[in-house]
Amino acid sequence: MSIHKTAAACVNGREHGLSLLRQMLLIRRFEEKSAEIYSAGKIRGFLHLYIGEEAIAVGAMQALSAGDAVVATYREHGQALARGVPAGRIMAEMYGKANGCSRGRGGSMHLFDAERRFFGGYAIVAGGLPIAVGLALADKLQGRLTVTACFFGEGAVAEGEFHESLNLAALWRLPLLFLCENNLYAMGTALARSESQTDIHLKAQSYNIAAEAVDGMDVLAVESAAQRAAAQVRRGDGPYFLELRTYRYRAHSMSDPELYRSKEEVAQWRGRDPLALFEAYLRGRNMLDDADMKTLEADAANDVEWAVAEAERGGWEPVADLERDVYGSVAA
Amino acid sequence: MPRLGADMTAGKLVKWLKRPGERIKRGDIIAIVETDKANVDVESFLEGALEKILVQPGDERLPVGTPLALIRTEAGAEPAAPAAVAAQAAPRVAVPTADAASAMVPPATVAPAAVAPAAVPPRVVPTPVPPAAAGERARISPAARNRALELRIDPATLTGTGPQGRITLADVERAAQAAPANTADTRQLRMREAIASAMARSKREIPHYYLACTIDLGRALAWLAERNAGRAVTGRLIYAVLLIKAAALALREVPELNGFWIDNRARQSEAIHAGIAISLRGGGLVAPALHHADRQSLDDLMRGFQDLVKRARAWSLKSSEVSDPTVTITSLGERGVESVFGIITPPQLALVGFGTPLERPWVVGGQVAVRPLITATLSGDHRATDGHRGALYLAAVDRLLQQPEEL
Amino acid sequence: MAKMTYREAVRDAMREAMRADPRVFLMGEDVGKYGGAFAVSHGLLEEFGPTRIRDTPLSESTFVGAGIGAALGGMRPIVEVMTINFSLLALDQIVNNAATLRHMSGGQFGVPLLVRMATGGGRQLAAQHSHSLEGWYAHIPGIKVVTPATVADARGLLLAALKQADPVMMFEHATLYPLEGESEDGTIMEIGRAALRRRGKDVSLIAYGGALGKTERAAAQLAQLGIDAEVIDLRSLRPLDTEMILASVTRTHRAVIVEEAWKTGGFAAEVCARIMEGAFDALDAPVARVCGAEVPMPYAQALEQAALPQPESIVKAVQGLF
Repeated sequence: MSIHKTAAACVNGREHGLSLLRQMLLIRRFEEKSAEIYSAGKIRGFLHLYIGEEAIAVGAMQALSAGDAVVATYREHGQALARGVPAGRIMAEMYGKANGCSRGRGGSMHLFDAERRFFGGYAIVAGGLPIAVGLALADKLQGRLTVTACFFGEGAVAEGEFHESLNLAALWRLPLLFLCENNLYAMGTALARSESQTDIHLKAQSYNIAAEAVDGMDVLAVESAAQRAAAQVRRGDGPYFLELRTYRYRAHSMSDPELYRSKEEVAQWRGRDPLALFEAYLRGRNMLDDADMKTLEADAANDVEWAVAEAERGGWEPVADLERDVYGSVAA
Repeated sequence: MPRLGADMTAGKLVKWLKRPGERIKRGDIIAIVETDKANVDVESFLEGALEKILVQPGDERLPVGTPLALIRTEAGAEPAAPAAVAAQAAPRVAVPTADAASAMVPPATVAPAAVAPAAVPPRVVPTPVPPAAAGERARISPAARNRALELRIDPATLTGTGPQGRITLADVERAAQAAPANTADTRQLRMREAIASAMARSKREIPHYYLACTIDLGRALAWLAERNAGRAVTGRLIYAVLLIKAAALALREVPELNGFWIDNRARQSEAIHAGIAISLRGGGLVAPALHHADRQSLDDLMRGFQDLVKRARAWSLKSSEVSDPTVTITSLGERGVESVFGIITPPQLALVGFGTPLERPWVVGGQVAVRPLITATLSGDHRATDGHRGALYLAAVDRLLQQPEEL
Repeated sequence: MAKMTYREAVRDAMREAMRADPRVFLMGEDVGKYGGAFAVSHGLLEEFGPTRIRDTPLSESTFVGAGIGAALGGMRPIVEVMTINFSLLALDQIVNNAATLRHMSGGQFGVPLLVRMATGGGRQLAAQHSHSLEGWYAHIPGIKVVTPATVADARGLLLAALKQADPVMMFEHATLYPLEGESEDGTIMEIGRAALRRRGKDVSLIAYGGALGKTERAAAQLAQLGIDAEVIDLRSLRPLDTEMILASVTRTHRAVIVEEAWKTGGFAAEVCARIMEGAFDALDAPVARVCGAEVPMPYAQALEQAALPQPESIVKAVQGLF
């Protein structure tokens, strides 16, 4: 597999560097805590962890502003955190509490936040792509210079909705940023076992969409590619497609026997851990020392602790309200 | 409200005979209920104290199953669990009849026949009311059922004109318009309709077979005359009592004729409760039970028989009498008919009939002699028994009547 | 009041909505240049231009999903799917997204989307263009399902649908498009109200969409036979006007439900169940159903007609109750 070597990106100042690391660290620690709480039985259902892929959410989100929209998948804690959805509301949602960001109706796979234009986690693979097409269409029809960022995994590439959506977005030149998180496995199916063409960005190019493959373990590479792509989208030049090559360290959902990949392969990718890489990068440029790191870790631990406390503190949605929010009132 | 017959769906509470707090023994009569057929005593099958009366006497027709009162039983010692009341009775019909319908109007003296031996008292089931067996449920629309309740019409008395014979709203409305105002007439009419319903059902569902046998009553009548001689009128027996006893005893020998057809199979009854067909003045008839007819002395049977006739005509039978018969015995003696082939009272398994004893030429010991002969008949449910068993039964009746002193 | 066809009524309602509200636009296969597979949108492209009358590629799932996204993004999209059989390609978006988003997001997002499509048989289009699957959609909480059977309703329900905060599926029986009738201006209908099309005292005939006309003809024939039938047009399958159904059956004591869809698991079964739950004691006969035969729609005319409810089969079913 070939990773396109783009011009090495540089961090835009120490503060920004620490900010990126802080966000990635929060996601990592938040998810580790989630796994622990899941094991204790307080988080139920599915829990798809993002560990190993943090550079993508954090890097890509740097290119978006408040007016932009985000559509994600069922593995979306990272995107939600990077988008600024409060960690406590996310954790509360995973607990199923009324103070969760979806009032306990969505759970881990369906995080929503209207205020931050976070249009949710979609748990049908590729199901979010048409929604993103529509959001971008709405923006275009209303003359808004906004970007809809649509995250999805490489598994979505096999679905018809992927092709239909790329085609329609390109055909209508919609302001849509496709962010394909290629972690090489759709559950347990390796990319090469499901796709005849494994260079996914080439598929996008066949729809006349500007597309490139990016090292998804390098937060700066992701950030700069996303900036470049978003700028083009914002100019009204139609959609842009980034294939972000990455790796999921954990099981598909909490635990699986991992019969589909070798320990050596996992270890090899762990060697390219996005947090470790970026920490080393910052240390190499004297932007980070042990004390900074200690502070960052303490901050992350603190944030996670607060999030758990908020989730624990939250109340349950009364069962009497079971049927609320199925329909709205008649709108004007 | 106990179910006092298979076709009973509701009854009126006429009177309470016990007060709250009063002790109640098993078998006590605690209330009187009016059914379409009679005023019937409600017996308690429970021991205890009358805890609470739930329904006051009145004109309201209460559906079978309506709790009437609470009886606190001592057995339970669990004060929070008073047994819901009321006598309960197995679903049995109390209306037998004969094909010879024209002969139903009775003279002052009744001529039924009768009888039988028997055993265990009916088992008490402490639930208020048993559901009707599935097969017995009449087709009636929900709307018709509700309207009938409102109009106090017993749906069992109606004939359905809807698809598959379903009783419809229109059937109920028609019946309501046709219903006579006066109570006595209404009672008669309802009884007529109940008989119609039970008999129509019997003919529809029960594959009858019929057997007849001529019996020489000479010895029996001679023995009877001798026995009655010198007795006061009140102490005399009538020959019908001999017939009842013989018919009941013979059932011990062919027990498969005694009992009920329920849920597609025959259920023999250990006890032999002879339902004695009694025609009423003004038409109609009932067949209340002479309990354990096979075990009673002829004198007891005679008394019981006279008492039944009197009370039947006063519309005041006990619930157990109405609901308990395990077989029906009918006699059209003294009406001049030679034989009667009756229709079985569902869900019973058989009906025994006796015609009028007549003096006829009969061959005795190779000589023609004049003898009093009677025709005994058996109507059997072919689902439960075959003609061969029926024949053995009639032969047994004959044999028993030849030894009247043993009865 | 104006005399027009059902097709024109749908078109006029869309035109009126687009004139009144810049957020409203139409998209679907061949709705623009072609003028609509059933010519419903004929002429709209000329008035509103290609930005608001958008031809889409043959990708039902994505253009319906794009409708959902556009609704989330503040628009009031009307999405036309050519026929109900094709809508199955978009079931994922309708069922998994449109219907769930409000609830799944804890009430933060709504999807004010109208999805219109032709439904039903009777035109010899065989087994991939003729079915009546609207009952499937009515199964799903989160969406509303309307089935206009008259010219006035085609207009009224479409305009009402565009006032909803939630996704509405509108099923237009394809044989109704040439139907002529009066269209009422100005009235905004309430979704979820059935219409009493004929008063009667002996039996309630309950129908919707393409089955209404046949049911009304059956009612007329029944009148000749001395049976006074009431006819209810459901108009909306979800929400369902249970109240009117029960009130009617309580008066007439008999009910026959008429539907083109297959009997097994069909919407008629739902109506039947509501009657059992709410009016059992009023019934004087079992509830009857006249539904489509249990067969993929055949092509040959005689076979197709035999597969659909007809006035004669409705009359027969009613007679069976007396």
